[in-house]
Amino acid sequence: MHAFKYHRPSSLNDAAALMKGDAKLLAGGQTLVQTMKLRLASPSDIVDLGTIKDLAGIKSDGKSVTVGAMTRHADVAHSADVNKAIPALAALAAMIGDRQVRAMGTIGGSLANNDPAADYPAAVLALNATITTNKGKHEADKFFKGMFTTALGAGEIITAVSFQVPKRAAYMKFKNPASRFAIVGVFVADFGGSVRVAVTGAGPVVFRQAEMEKALAAKFAPESVANIKVKQDGLNSDMHASAEYRAHLVTVMARRAVQAALK
Amino acid sequence: MAVKVSLKVNGKSVSAEVEERTLLVTVIRENLRLTGTHVGCDTAQCGACTVSMNGKAVKSCSILAMQAEGAEVMTIEGVAKPDGTLHPMQAAFKEHHGLQCGFCTPGMVMNAIDFAKSHPNPSEQEVREALEGNLCRCTGYHNIVKAIGAGARAMAASK
Repeated sequence: MHAFKYHRPSSLNDAAALMKGDAKLLAGGQTLVQTMKLRLASPSDIVDLGTIKDLAGIKSDGKSVTVGAMTRHADVAHSADVNKAIPALAALAAMIGDRQVRAMGTIGGSLANNDPAADYPAAVLALNATITTNKGKHEADKFFKGMFTTALGAGEIITAVSFQVPKRAAYMKFKNPASRFAIVGVFVADFGGSVRVAVTGAGPVVFRQAEMEKALAAKFAPESVANIKVKQDGLNSDMHASAEYRAHLVTVMARRAVQAALK
Repeated sequence: MAVKVSLKVNGKSVSAEVEERTLLVTVIRENLRLTGTHVGCDTAQCGACTVSMNGKAVKSCSILAMQAEGAEVMTIEGVAKPDGTLHPMQAAFKEHHGLQCGFCTPGMVMNAIDFAKSHPNPSEQEVREALEGNLCRCTGYHNIVKAIGAGARAMAASK
């Protein structure tokens, strides 16, 4: 790891003021520290959000569940509020990485990083979440711009994520058995009348599957999506799975997610 | 630039002068000479570097030492009683032969102790899921799974 200057700001304003040049924010560090060790990232400055108060915590008001940016995956997975309001979100958090990684990794870090195979982007997009930052709010549909790219501007820091509570929802992940990242993950959320289907792992960035959303809005049942053929154009192809295989998996995971949501 | 990091390790307040880029595991092994915590893969996959930080099992190769400022850390050296009596989880690993070469064992035990706190009587499936972040290249896991189940029940019984 290359040398850097380490900062421990005590407020969001102080943190934002430190975000100059090649400075990087450090949340849980479960991706960033590894990336720095591999020298894929060599920031001049590390701005640690770990000691800023009030960035972690979960609030639920029946219509939405708001998760603070520094909330650890394990805390989302075990939260009574999340398990009651959106059990699919708690289940998704429990599937991220392994239990040691979940004890450190944060939702804000995951979303800002926007790994194409990360789990949280699927929940944010399917549950029509709002991402709050120190500078304003982002709608889920306009947040994920591309591979490792988001709508966050320079010096912009995620503070919380508000998920809309669906009538029912489920997340199904076909995971890489070594990394436990999604080869393909599909989050299906039924808001009663409208349905959102978000796919992670399959393409360069999380995306919605309009054809499935339409079919599920007409009838929320596994057979509504079972015969939808997803095009492989633009999907990821690598040593783990071909684009053709991933395209097939999108339909399989979507069907299983609907089945699970109906249980 | 050298900076100071202060934390509690195995109940003792310690501090070290380190570079800002120093990892927690490096402080534990090289500054404090607590070499029971191992570095296997150095990429957050194998779990040999697992320690307890503020009561939770974490991978000390994926945490900057500066992130542990003020934290309470426990390593495998702090698990047994001062008189050498093994922790129930360590005793279970011994009893069930939950190790062969032993390299992964400290990380396995540290993760298992944290897991057992919330799972006093875990099923085999729960134990296997809890071990997703710990690799063993010798045993094939069967005896580790047995050991953790027995250790968890022994921990619950000794409460």
